[in-house]
Amino acid sequence: MNSPNLTAIQRNALVILRVLIGWHFLYEGIIKAYNPSWTAKGYLLSASILKPFFTWIAGESFISTIDMLNIAGLIAVGISLVAGIKVRWGCIAGAILLLLYYLAHPPFSGLPQGPSEGSYWIVNKNLIEMAALFVIYQFPLTSVFGLEILFSKNKVTTPKI
Amino acid sequence: MAKDNNYFGRWNRRDMLKALGGIPILGGVWYSGASLAGSAQREKQFLLETLNIKASPPPATGPMSGKPLRIGIIGFGIRGEQLCRAMGFATTGWLKKMNEALQNNPKDTRLADFEAQENLNIKLAAICDVFDERAENALASFNAGDNKIKRFRTHTEMFNSGEVDAVVIATPDHWHAPMSIEALNAGIHVYVEKPMTHNIGETFALRDAVKNNPKAIFAVGHQHRQTQSFLTAQDIIKKNILGHVSLIQTNTNRNDDNGAWQYEISPAASPKTIDWDLFLGNAPKEPFNLEHFFRWRKWWAYGSGLSGDLMTHDYDRVNCVLNMGIPRSVTASGGIYTHRDGRNVPDVIHINMEFPDFSTGGSQEAGKEKGMTFVYSATLGNQFDRGTVLMGHDGTMELGNRITVYADPRSTKYADLIKEQRIEAGVPIYQYDPAVSGTDAVTSATAKYFANKGLLWTYRDGKRVDSTFLHLREWLSCIRNGGTPSCSIKEGFEEAITAHMGGLSYKLGRRIDWDPVAEKIIAKPGEDLDAVLLSNT
Repeated sequence: MNSPNLTAIQRNALVILRVLIGWHFLYEGIIKAYNPSWTAKGYLLSASILKPFFTWIAGESFISTIDMLNIAGLIAVGISLVAGIKVRWGCIAGAILLLLYYLAHPPFSGLPQGPSEGSYWIVNKNLIEMAALFVIYQFPLTSVFGLEILFSKNKVTTPKI
Repeated sequence: MAKDNNYFGRWNRRDMLKALGGIPILGGVWYSGASLAGSAQREKQFLLETLNIKASPPPATGPMSGKPLRIGIIGFGIRGEQLCRAMGFATTGWLKKMNEALQNNPKDTRLADFEAQENLNIKLAAICDVFDERAENALASFNAGDNKIKRFRTHTEMFNSGEVDAVVIATPDHWHAPMSIEALNAGIHVYVEKPMTHNIGETFALRDAVKNNPKAIFAVGHQHRQTQSFLTAQDIIKKNILGHVSLIQTNTNRNDDNGAWQYEISPAASPKTIDWDLFLGNAPKEPFNLEHFFRWRKWWAYGSGLSGDLMTHDYDRVNCVLNMGIPRSVTASGGIYTHRDGRNVPDVIHINMEFPDFSTGGSQEAGKEKGMTFVYSATLGNQFDRGTVLMGHDGTMELGNRITVYADPRSTKYADLIKEQRIEAGVPIYQYDPAVSGTDAVTSATAKYFANKGLLWTYRDGKRVDSTFLHLREWLSCIRNGGTPSCSIKEGFEEAITAHMGGLSYKLGRRIDWDPVAEKIIAKPGEDLDAVLLSNT
C-alpha cells in the first residue's frame, strides 16, 4: 500500500502534505490542552444547523468529555500524521473531527458566519483539509517517511530517488 | 558507512532518518504550543492578580420561615401581575397561556421556572384595583387552596382592615407616594414601584413617613439592585481600575407599541367597571377616558415620562455601583418625535446630569481629576442597543449582566503594561459573567464574539433567576429577619429627586440646580416646581 507508482517528487509532496496537516492538528490540540479555560461550549452553542445535537453535546453532562475527546483527538491525529503511524486511522479520525467542525458552522449562504479571516461559500478550509485527508488516506506513504518503517517486518529498501 | 549500517541491523542511517524524522517535528510543535499557551496563561494570571477584582454575587437574603405574611396588592395591571408571579401567584390565564406555549415549544422554560421558584411563605390576602375585570381576575385566580384573597374598594379600607401586614403598590405614579405614606403611617410594610414619587413635595413627605415609622420596612422596586454583577462592579470602582470616571452613558432604546406605552385597551372597560374618580385621585379632573386609564404613562398627570419611568432604572443601576447621589445640576432636551398620538410626555430625551465634585479616584497628580457627567439618552423610536458604559481615564467598563473592562490606550495607570504589550487596546483586560463561576481576562476575538452574543455562558446552569423575585424576597427577608432593603428611602429619595430634576429641565427648557446643603431644587422666585412637573403641558 505504501509503494504506489509515484515519482519521488510526488511521494515527497504527499509526505509534506501529510506532515503539514499533522502539524496543524497537533498544534491546535496542544494550545487547547495547555489552556485550562478553553472549552468548545461557545462554538457548539452557536451552531447554525443541527442545533439540537450540538446544544445537547454542549450540555453540562457532556461538555467536559467532549472537550477532552476533542483535545485528545487533535493530538492523536497530529502524532499519527507527523510521525507516520496508523496514518489511515489518523485520516479517518481527523476527517470526523473536521466534519463536526464543518457541520457546526457550515459556510452556507443565509447562515450566520462566525469570525473568520476569509470569505467562504460551501467550501471552507475545514472542507479542504478533509479532502486533503482523503488524499493522504489513499497514499499514507509510511514507508517513505514514518515510524512504521521500524515496525515493518521486511527490511525496507530505500527507494531510489 | 558499512559499519554503521550493520550497527543498526536491518536499517541503514537513511532509513532511520526517514523513520524517526517526524519525532523532532512533534517535539518542536509540542514545545512551541505548550510554551505559548503557558505564557498566555501566565499573562492572564498576572493581569488578574494585578487587577485583584473580587467577583462576588450579592449575599443571600434570610430565611422565609415563620408565620405566613399577609400581603395586599394594589394595582393589578401588567406590573402588578408580574409582581404577584414573582411572589408565587400566577393567574389562571397566565398559567393557561404558558401551558400552551410549552405545548408549542417544549423548550419554553417560563412555566418550569415559575414552578421551581422558592415558596416565599406568604398569603396574597387583599387586592385593590379600580378596574373590576382586573380585581376579579385576581380573586378568581388566587382564591385557591389555603389562600383566601379579599377585594377592597379603596386602599384605605385595605390598610384599616387589619388583614394585611405588607403591601405591594403597582399603581400609576401619582398614587405611589399617597398610598405609601398612608400604609407606613398604619404600620404596614411597603414595596412601591418606581419612580418612588410623582413630585418633589411628596418625595420629602414620604421620606418623613419612613423616618417616623421605623418598624415598617420600605422598599422601592428597583430590581436591578439584585443584578449579580453589581458587587463586582463596585469592587472595580473601589480598586480604581478605571481611574477617574468622567463620563457615564446609559440608554433606553425601544421601538414597539408596548415599549412606547401603547398598551391594549380592554373591551370590558367602561365607566361602570372602572372607578374613574379613584383612578384620578389627586390628578386634575378629567372626563372618563380609556386612553388615559390604560395608557397613563403617556401623560404627566399620572406618569413621569422617560425621566421618571425609565431613566430611574439606569440612574439607580449606576447609583448602586458609584453611590454618587443627587446631581448638582441637570439639563434635558427632547421631544415627541415618533409617537405623535396625543401624549404629552416626550418619546426622545437626553438628560445630562452633572456631578462636579464627584470622583471615583484617579491615577494622575492630585487635583487634576474631579467631576463627572452622567448622560441618559433615550428614544422610543429605535431599539439599537447602545450599552451602559463608564468611561475613566484608565479604563472603560461595559456594565450589564456581564462586565467587561478595557484599558484605555492613553491610560496613565496602565502605560507601562501597554508599552510592554502586556495589555492590548481593544482586548478586554477583565470579563465577569455571573453565569459562570470563574472570571476571565485577555480573551481571543472569537471568545469575545461568543461572549458578547451571550452564548458562552447564558445557559451554563440552564436556569434563569428573576431579579424581581430576588428583590421582593429581600424586602420580605428584611420584614422577617431585620435589615434594610438595598433600595430603600435614601436610594428612593435620590432616584426621585433626580428624575424630577430631569422632568423639570425638559419642561422648563433650562438647567435645574440642586442645593445639597438646603436639600432643595432651586426655583426661580414665585415658581411652583411641583405645579410645573404635574402640568399637562
